[in-house]
Amino acid sequence: MNTDRRTFLKTQAVATAAAAAGMAGAQASNLVSDRSKTELQWNKAPCRFCGTGCSVNVATKNGRVVATHGDILSEVNRGLSCVKGYFLSKIMYGNDRLTQPLLRMKNGQFDKNGDFTPVSWQQAFDIMAQKFKESLKAKGPSGIGMFGSGQWTVWEGYAASKLFKAGFRSNNIEPNARHCMASAVAGFMRTFGIDEPMGCYDDIENADAFVLWGANMAEMHPILWTRVTDRRLSNPHVKVAVLTTYEHRCFELADMPIVFTPHSDLAILNYIAHYIISNKKVNTDFIDKHTNFRRGVVDIGYGLRPEHPLEKAAKNAATANDSTPMTFDEFAKFVSDYTAEKVSKLSGMSVKQLQDLAELYADPNIKVTSFWTMGVNQHTRGVWVNNLIYNIHLLTGKIATPGNSPFSLTGQPSACGTAREVGTFCHRLPADMVVNNPEHRKITETLWNIPAGTIVEKPGFHAVEHNRKLKDGVINAYWIQVNNNLQAAPNLNEETLPGYRNPANFIVVSDAYPTVTCQAADLILPTAMWVEKEGAYGNAERRTQFWHQLVEAPGEAKSDLWQLVEFSKRFSTEEVWPAELLDANPAFKGKTLYDVLFANGVVNKFPITDIEAGFKNHEAEAFGFYIQKGLFEEYAAFGRGHAHDLASFDTYHQSRGLRWPVVDGKETRWRFREGSDPYVKPGKGFEFYGKPDGRAVIFALPYEPPAESPDAEFDMWLCTGRVLEHWHSGSMTQRVPELYKSFPDAVVYMHPDDAEKRGVRRGDEVRVISRRGEIRTRVETRGRNKPPVGLVYVPWFDASQLINKVTLDAIDPISKQTDYKKCAVKVVKV
Amino acid sequence: MKTFTTIGFTLLLILSGLSAVTAADNIATLRGSAPLNQEGEAPPMPRPESNDQKRKRNYPMQPPVIPHNVQGYQVDMKVNKCLSCHARKRAEESQAPMISVTHYMDRDGNFLADVSPRRYFCFQCHVEQTNAKPLVNNTFKDIDDILAEEGQ
Repeated sequence: MNTDRRTFLKTQAVATAAAAAGMAGAQASNLVSDRSKTELQWNKAPCRFCGTGCSVNVATKNGRVVATHGDILSEVNRGLSCVKGYFLSKIMYGNDRLTQPLLRMKNGQFDKNGDFTPVSWQQAFDIMAQKFKESLKAKGPSGIGMFGSGQWTVWEGYAASKLFKAGFRSNNIEPNARHCMASAVAGFMRTFGIDEPMGCYDDIENADAFVLWGANMAEMHPILWTRVTDRRLSNPHVKVAVLTTYEHRCFELADMPIVFTPHSDLAILNYIAHYIISNKKVNTDFIDKHTNFRRGVVDIGYGLRPEHPLEKAAKNAATANDSTPMTFDEFAKFVSDYTAEKVSKLSGMSVKQLQDLAELYADPNIKVTSFWTMGVNQHTRGVWVNNLIYNIHLLTGKIATPGNSPFSLTGQPSACGTAREVGTFCHRLPADMVVNNPEHRKITETLWNIPAGTIVEKPGFHAVEHNRKLKDGVINAYWIQVNNNLQAAPNLNEETLPGYRNPANFIVVSDAYPTVTCQAADLILPTAMWVEKEGAYGNAERRTQFWHQLVEAPGEAKSDLWQLVEFSKRFSTEEVWPAELLDANPAFKGKTLYDVLFANGVVNKFPITDIEAGFKNHEAEAFGFYIQKGLFEEYAAFGRGHAHDLASFDTYHQSRGLRWPVVDGKETRWRFREGSDPYVKPGKGFEFYGKPDGRAVIFALPYEPPAESPDAEFDMWLCTGRVLEHWHSGSMTQRVPELYKSFPDAVVYMHPDDAEKRGVRRGDEVRVISRRGEIRTRVETRGRNKPPVGLVYVPWFDASQLINKVTLDAIDPISKQTDYKKCAVKVVKV
Repeated sequence: MKTFTTIGFTLLLILSGLSAVTAADNIATLRGSAPLNQEGEAPPMPRPESNDQKRKRNYPMQPPVIPHNVQGYQVDMKVNKCLSCHARKRAEESQAPMISVTHYMDRDGNFLADVSPRRYFCFQCHVEQTNAKPLVNNTFKDIDDILAEEGQ
């Protein structure tokens, strides 16, 4: 409605006078000036979205969140939020919040083909326990599974991992972080023997050059991008290189904007190593003292189903992670293959571009920070690319000092804090330990106070395998928490959907909103979110942050933690542990999993009175003890004294987060360097103590082709990803009207020449088709992403355009992480 | 395929004009009516709202949304088109709202003579609005409404 200012003032004057006439007291008539009424209750919480880990201030009034803004006391964001962060206050208030359990029923009974019908929590857990027990009885621990996320709070992931690995003796638990960070983890473990970045965000204010290797930080890590922007614009000598397979918003700040052919990053990185060596820019003192050289196994396949021709052809799929020692000279000879001319042809970069890029690393006077996220990790050779980036930082000794930093960014708010540090993967235990190491199992069994031999040695199925095993009917009872995997997992038509709808399977989904995953489920559990519960997240710079419960969840919605712990009461040890284990440990007979795992004298050690005054805590009230504190303190015992030290529980409620290891109350900003990291022994200078000899590994790894490339019929590359305005599958941000209206539907970004060739124009409807499935969408030729000819980009947030029907379930054979960035498609006018 | 019996059956009913899709069966609010194994028509591309009308903010700290079309706006190291109207020195001429004072502060809260480099890229916080109609209502309550309820 258009009203001019004069008319507006006239009508307002009348209204104000009328209000004032009926008003008692001295209150101004058109606003509330009484501070006792307008005062808001402000508390801190980490943002619910990406891995940056901004802290926000949350205002509540009468049990409602009424405002949010960037926390000026937080070192991460100093008062800033991106547009999603500013609208956090509205994410809990979509009017389709789930408020009661829903079960597919027909004639009053569970029926896989029935309609969703409200049931009580009692009924929900009854049928769920029945189905889990049936599967356990029929198939053993490998017949059940759980799929969680890097959005679980630390204690939720810990409780889930404990319930599965110790309680059910099943390693079939995975986080969706498998789809997002697994290659980073394997890269860290192979090169350094310990997970997570050595540097921190303070590197940004110290670097002379930034190189982005497949990270659209301007959209996916906006607040870190503001720090990079601040650094670049304030210091004209600073250079920003952006490497990507299509032009995106980071080009706005790029001194070196580079579009390369998908998958050729492997060759580009080997060229840079070759450049450093052939120009005699190797930091020989550093590599002599602190590194080893190894040759990795090659021809490792693409993690497709075993009967796929590519898997049959791969020679070393079973030993993909192996490597053998080599000398520096052998390494130099290996990378000498990657000449500028050859790599230029492979990558589409000019020789000059290659040289300029390499010089940023080679010049000893330039402090370089490399950033990467999904472009590197979601890659069938993602672990290799991680290793190759470390190579060039290690060859030059540009590591673990302020500004010299190979920095793996993370996508989810607690991919690091929960998925990685707690170890909610099918092969991991807390503090970087693994299930197939007998020593690690022993440590874990001791700290969990469970019988020796409880934890199963064999790793469980990984994320992509979960869907294959559901489809094949190998896993029959399955629980999904805090993620929207039907929308997120690759090759939806051929694997995920048939898996979830397989009549042999019972699928449980815990969520705050009715997502497409919920729609494919059999039982839906309404779930409390974000500040409706007490929580902890760990961000990409090793910073652990806590928040309090600030408001109540709607209806009967309960937190994931309450659901996990309450469900554990439904199982006796006799039902889930073999008789031999119980006969050898009779003290565990006649107990529930709740008794063994949570009322174990440690988790239930802290009374409710320990909760900070003025805060509610639904879970503590339900169980009768401060369960978050008990779980955290039990978990923290794994890392303390082992270079993963966390501070005490109460400390985190008072601080804006601390970066581990926290030793003697002090956080660690740069690891592996003497004077900065308390774990480096005096006189060492640097020490990569994750490896027994304290040396990081420089790997010789070649270029190998992607699993699927464009051909005559499917003639374009498809790259998928996010947009700034929406987070992940959009289940929260699509329910905020301002965010929805800013970017309501997915589109296919394509080059105008490609559009013309297909007879379509901006706004026309097209089908994006692969060998596996298709979507219908609209053409965008003028938007923020500008793909080169031959490549299209489609974001995956849109539930009405499920682009993962099109993607390929090829994975990195080492990390088991999906490649969402490369498959072959055609685009056809509707 | 037998795994899709329900979906297939539902589709059949829709096609035969006997809609059996109950609210309880088709629950994914953001998905529209297409079954999970089908894809519906993509909605027409929405148009940016461009009426230059200020919108009420949900709370004072909310970055205002952009009430005009910004398609093709250049914001990079060479030029910032937004600031050609919204900068302090241009606001009189353009009659566009001046960027907030916070935009002149550096990381440590010191005021600079011109816009802070950390606030340079406007679209990280300020977004366009299209004419798309939200699929889900949001029940966020404005603080004024809460205060009014309290006063009753």
